[in-house]
Amino acid sequence: MNEARILIEVKDLCKYFDVKGGRKLHAVDRVNLTIPAGKTLGVVGESGCGKSTLGRTMLRLLEPTSGQILFEGKDITKARKSEMRQLRSKMQIIFQDPYSSINPHMTVSDIIMQPMIVNRLFHSREEMVARVKKLMDTVGLADRLYNAYPHELDGGRRQRIGVARALALNPEFIVCDEPVSALDVSIQAQILNLLMDLQDQMGLAYMFITHDLSVVKHISDEIAVLYLGQCIERCGATELFRNPLHPYTKMLLAAIPVPNLSARTRELQVIHGEVTNPIDPPPGCRFAARCPYCRPECKEKDLPLREVNPGHFAACTLL
Amino acid sequence: MDEILLKIEDLFIEYQTELETVRAVNGVSLEVKSGRTLGIVGETGAGKTTTCLSILRLLPDRTGRVTGGNICFRDKNIYSLSEEEMRTQICGEKISMIFQDPMTSLNPVMTVGSQIYEALKYHNHENKTREELERRVDEVLELVGIPAERKTEYPHQFSGGMKQRVVIAIALACEPELLIADEPTTALDVTVQAQVLAMMRDLQKKVGSAILLITHDLGVVAQMCDDALVMYAGEIVESGSIEDIFTPGSHHPYTMGLFGAIPDLDSAVDRLTPIEGLMPDPTKLPDGCYFADRCPYAEELCKQIHPTRTSLSGTHTILCHRFSEGLKEVSHE
Amino acid sequence: MDRTNEKRRGKLKEFWRRLRKNKSAIIGLILLCLIVFCALFAGVICNEDDAYRQDAHNRLQAPSSEHWFGTDMYGRDVFTRVMFGSRISLSIGISAALLSLLTGGTLGAVTAFYGGKVDDIIMRIMDMLMSIPATLMALCIVAALGGSAVNLFIAMSLSSLPEFCRLSRSAMLPIVGSDYVEAARAYGSRNGRIIFKEIMPNALGPIIVQTTQSVASKILTASSLSFLGMGVQAPQPEWGTMLSEARQYMRENPYLVLIPGLFIIITALSFNLFGDGLRDALDPKLKD
Repeated sequence: MNEARILIEVKDLCKYFDVKGGRKLHAVDRVNLTIPAGKTLGVVGESGCGKSTLGRTMLRLLEPTSGQILFEGKDITKARKSEMRQLRSKMQIIFQDPYSSINPHMTVSDIIMQPMIVNRLFHSREEMVARVKKLMDTVGLADRLYNAYPHELDGGRRQRIGVARALALNPEFIVCDEPVSALDVSIQAQILNLLMDLQDQMGLAYMFITHDLSVVKHISDEIAVLYLGQCIERCGATELFRNPLHPYTKMLLAAIPVPNLSARTRELQVIHGEVTNPIDPPPGCRFAARCPYCRPECKEKDLPLREVNPGHFAACTLL
Repeated sequence: MDEILLKIEDLFIEYQTELETVRAVNGVSLEVKSGRTLGIVGETGAGKTTTCLSILRLLPDRTGRVTGGNICFRDKNIYSLSEEEMRTQICGEKISMIFQDPMTSLNPVMTVGSQIYEALKYHNHENKTREELERRVDEVLELVGIPAERKTEYPHQFSGGMKQRVVIAIALACEPELLIADEPTTALDVTVQAQVLAMMRDLQKKVGSAILLITHDLGVVAQMCDDALVMYAGEIVESGSIEDIFTPGSHHPYTMGLFGAIPDLDSAVDRLTPIEGLMPDPTKLPDGCYFADRCPYAEELCKQIHPTRTSLSGTHTILCHRFSEGLKEVSHE
Repeated sequence: MDRTNEKRRGKLKEFWRRLRKNKSAIIGLILLCLIVFCALFAGVICNEDDAYRQDAHNRLQAPSSEHWFGTDMYGRDVFTRVMFGSRISLSIGISAALLSLLTGGTLGAVTAFYGGKVDDIIMRIMDMLMSIPATLMALCIVAALGGSAVNLFIAMSLSSLPEFCRLSRSAMLPIVGSDYVEAARAYGSRNGRIIFKEIMPNALGPIIVQTTQSVASKILTASSLSFLGMGVQAPQPEWGTMLSEARQYMRENPYLVLIPGLFIIITALSFNLFGDGLRDALDPKLKD
């Protein structure tokens, strides 16, 4: 099996936000990731774990505090504004909320056209219109919606507009920030299928951010589990569900209610204890305060991700 | 034990605006038995929330209207009670409701303790003293797993899961016979959801309330409910015990569609099978089966004539032509 | 190119169709047109000399066929004065509102978009300006610069600057943080384009209403300043000045105050009605 080309590599990426009193909120803390071209990295975690911040920092929509982001081997954290603008066309984002992510004052075609106008992709309007129509066809939006306003459409269709807008510049990498969380299950499946089809056709790499573990398993090749800004476990998608190593991952998996009666007698796993404050957090494992297996050394020093099994990384003193 | 607590018969609800009439609920009948949990599953716009609001007569005054059917709580017709009786005897006393968003259900400028106290004081029929009520506040908080000394704190000092616990504490303060929970865990993380669900299950054992649980998550239904019904376009398309709904066999095509659309954790599927199309416009519902446009099994008959409810077993009913009389032998899988 | 024009025409048509459905907006628009017509064609409708020519024999005449609105204490024709007065009142009102919209709106957009220190500094200056009552400030400025129509206009624009700045800032803040602005950044839009293409159209609603209402309140302020003798100076016909001059004769000749007063009210009202309608018609979400 030949290794796919590495498209994006993130090294020790940190994003701290200033809060009152000169303290720092560690939203993303020393995260390392790689995403091969044409593959999907799933990023899971609960609200407040920094997964959205990570996605936005990787696109430099937020300025990283430290660390490197290598896109095709080039460090984009040091790219100047003009260089960055060119790079942007290769990396796009799809948002969670189909209602707030598109401008209500523009028609469907206007929205999809904007990226092309901004980047002067075409010389004539005819070419651009043709491209918009083709994109609408690709994402499954009917031609008659060309001049429709977003508020006339349902959530699923709006999300398709978001996908078309992200595709407008022929990107190689798309950050999908909870793209299906706000949708009904039947619509959710439509969008997931669309995203997977597009990946097959265009060789896109995705970073798929979600809190829904069943969705992430379905779409990802590799999964990274985030807890309070740190990546605590990373491995292949099936491996993670078959053999979770970190205690937090285990609890997370056990907490999912399964639509299956055989799991009914099983006690839902309950995690006790308060979440550690992400503002100037103490050293050691971030999960220590809630971990039933916590030992004194867990609270002493930070533990980096370690390759426990081939291709399976986890950060825990137990392993 | 299995006494019928809430009985809804052939309920119709419309929302009327200047321009159009939205037919939100179309002939819903259901029963909630004491001490049991009934789950209502469905997607946005299926009429789940409207049905629940109508039980407490909380439909928006100017637009929402019950156009047919009865809602009886312990054989008393809810809509024949006066406003006063409703407020003092039913709402919060015998029936409590929990809403989806814990952030907006609490008053941000009142301590959580006093919010529970208010609920108790309002329904204080036995003229308990202030001390007795305060003791009850402590009790209720402990019951939902919050240390009583935190009652002097304000909602913003609690995390999302804790807030939802407070909301549940308020709802349970008067030991209602029926608890209506409208997507109580949708806004919460999985681990927190697990806590809240586990707690609700424990409480049901202790207090013995019946629960009407509205959700779009089939997993939650499987874990929590004794009976379940599936709603689509304001109708119950399938109802039955949890076994009826979750064991493979005869099902409404929409129910099967819902199961096909969720990724399975246990087995790897390459593609999900979404339900194509959209829910029909509730302002102009078709003559035939409401699901016909999206149904892979739809025939000419389905598009013209609305199906009638068919009983498959003592508890299991389906609203689909495929299972109507004469067609009963048609089955699948 | 044709298609763009066609589309733009389509949007205009759509806008007009929706505005037409709003009865109160149409009433406002008609009244507004009438007043603007009066202002523009005051010279055609009546003779400008009549506004100044004093006639001691015809003092304080009640309305008649010769003098539609009667005559004032110097025997001047009130109708002519009201017609010509509309020129000054309207132009001061509109220009002052537009100037404060332009300056305040831009400042607000800048503070909302850039945030941080820029936001802090500009907003603290606005707070300082705001702590002085608007009328008082306008009064001080006019007192310092001398009473004239131009000074009045400057004074009033400056006094409502913080209002506009705050409003446009608060209207734009939620949009600056919205996902579609983030998306525009992600596909490489420049800041100017983001402000004008993504943020402005969505923040316009409240700002339009504020502007039209501000025109109304500017006309009222101008009138009251003139009434106090700080604005437009007699014998120039201005509605506030007319009110001020006529107040001694209010008992015997109420029409002298009622007529200019009525015009002030109608103008203010029609601006408010039209502004509300404009906001609704510009919002595609409120279609039908």
